[in-house]
Amino acid sequence: MRFQLTDDQEALRTGVRELLDRCFGPEVLRTAVGAPGRLDRTLWRTLGDAGFFALRLPEADGGVGRGLAEAVLAFEEAGRALLPGPLVATHLAAGDVPGAATGEAVVTAVDGGVVEWLGAADVVRGDASGAVPLHSVDPLTPLHRVPGPVAFGPAGGVAVLLTAAEQLGTAARVCELAVQHARTREQFGRPIGAFQAVKHLCADLLVRVEVARVAVYAAAVTADPADIATARLLADEAAVRGARDCLQVHGGMGFTWEADVHLHLKRAWVRAHRGGGGTQSEEFLAERLVA
Amino acid sequence: MDLSCTPEEEEFRARLREWLTKVLPTLPAAPPPDDWPGRRAYDLGWQRMLYDAGYADVHWGASPTTRLIFLEETERAGAPYVGANFVGLLHAGPTIAAEGTVGQQARWLPPILRGEEVWCQGFSEPGAGSDLAALRTRAHRDGDDYVVSGSKLWTSHAEVADWCELLVRTDPDAPRHQGITWLAMPMDADGITVRPLRTLAGSAEFAEVFLDEVRVPAVNRVGEENDGWRVTMVTLSFERGTAFVGEVVACRRTLTELTRTARENGRWDDPVLRRRVGRLDAEFRALWRLIQWNVSEAETTGGVPGARGSVFKLRYAHARQELYDTAAEVLGPDCLDLDRPWVLDRLSALSYTIAAGTSQIQRNIVAERILGLPKGR
Repeated sequence: MRFQLTDDQEALRTGVRELLDRCFGPEVLRTAVGAPGRLDRTLWRTLGDAGFFALRLPEADGGVGRGLAEAVLAFEEAGRALLPGPLVATHLAAGDVPGAATGEAVVTAVDGGVVEWLGAADVVRGDASGAVPLHSVDPLTPLHRVPGPVAFGPAGGVAVLLTAAEQLGTAARVCELAVQHARTREQFGRPIGAFQAVKHLCADLLVRVEVARVAVYAAAVTADPADIATARLLADEAAVRGARDCLQVHGGMGFTWEADVHLHLKRAWVRAHRGGGGTQSEEFLAERLVA
Repeated sequence: MDLSCTPEEEEFRARLREWLTKVLPTLPAAPPPDDWPGRRAYDLGWQRMLYDAGYADVHWGASPTTRLIFLEETERAGAPYVGANFVGLLHAGPTIAAEGTVGQQARWLPPILRGEEVWCQGFSEPGAGSDLAALRTRAHRDGDDYVVSGSKLWTSHAEVADWCELLVRTDPDAPRHQGITWLAMPMDADGITVRPLRTLAGSAEFAEVFLDEVRVPAVNRVGEENDGWRVTMVTLSFERGTAFVGEVVACRRTLTELTRTARENGRWDDPVLRRRVGRLDAEFRALWRLIQWNVSEAETTGGVPGARGSVFKLRYAHARQELYDTAAEVLGPDCLDLDRPWVLDRLSALSYTIAAGTSQIQRNIVAERILGLPKGR
């Protein structure tokens, strides 16, 4: 048992992080926030060229031929960078929607009565007829509401796991942001991180990240539905609570549009809604216990 | 990333499982919680059985993965827990194995493994609990002995222990972390008075220990004089890193039993309860993954579990309390009856956010040693 990243996995993670730093750095993020609803097709092609969508496709089919663990690491980085777009749906479509693997096509899917990026998508999976635009809480994720009964995918499916990986990325990033701020921001003549109340917020942020991380990675190794449900519950908690605590550590600055914290929190909320939310995963695990 | 075991490890698991199936039905019934001599005999007897079967040194002789398999399988089979052997096997033993001389290892390790001697922990004091370095029990050198006076508190199993891993202040003028020494004190020495303390769970599982001019041979010192704080940090990292591993498996078993009870008494129809149970299941699954991750890391670096043990301890202490609060919800009014299962567990779980370093201290450790935040008050 060596439940640690392999050298290859470390290299892949570093590679994706560097790629996203180059093509979706802080300035590009701010530009995107200023132009809500517009999906950057050049960025999408760049992701396609880098193999982000074709990561798990066999090499014989023009893919990269890697597994779920590598996909999880890539999506964690996407979460960290706040990368916008229907990433999970396009990745899952890479095998059967022409152009998805290369980033030529943007694919979205109906999930839990909501569709992300409907206006920008070339292909919609599921029935989106009668969709009505919502005034999306996340400036970087346009949303439509789909009428009719709400249908969810499996609580332990790959879409849920990749979403959990994105949440993990958010959680890790907001933990870093909080700690950076606590180290440098001075009040009462000392860094606020020296005050136990702030210090403990930061410690709890890290604890949630670490627990979510092992849950997400283990689910990537086993692909077991219960492990995936576990990963989503821990990762949602780490991202949503983490972003809120990060905002708290930032104090007044955290409540402004200029700080990035609110963007992380809003995206975490959107993702927490996917796949039936935590409720479906909790019920799934509870039923497994009595089975 | 890999979660599979090697063929040798799987063989160990199969052999252990087979042995447990054979011996567990032959065990006598466990003594009642307050019968300390009875519990000592029972726990030592179980350790002796492990020794005879070749499993005794699994806590510090085997690879971390093998230890994990041992804890998983014994707990799953419902085998006795370490009990009164807790300090010897999980704190003092590993510390002596890491820091003791060859002679000290030969004197103290085999009796722990053979189930002959029980250890207790003399760290905390009335004025030095979370602030352990504030300890005031003092010792001065007199010929070949240290002469020790002071008192210790929250000393589990003190009444039935043969040895005490004792922290004393040997240099009152040094900075407070630098004047401390780690001694092995025989509990039958003159000048030791043990006063059992009743916990809020009603049992007398820990004690106050008064030390009046107790003579401890200087050869019983582990590590250098005044270097006891460093030795202690080795002990504590074992405590936080691996000592609770078996309990996580036990908690998962309790969760399953609690679910069965809820189905029988109709509480399972409540979606709020089901959701709470589902979340707890996720919690304990994730804690198990965290153990596997930490063990893999320790196996790679060959090191002692470090500050990351605090991450586990913080989360586990909370989860354990939440588990028994949920059990109380399943029990309904029966949760007020001390004779019902889980009610005593609910009370004892209250110690988990205090013992082995309070949650507040653990958060300071995580913030300062892992995140690098400045020290402060």
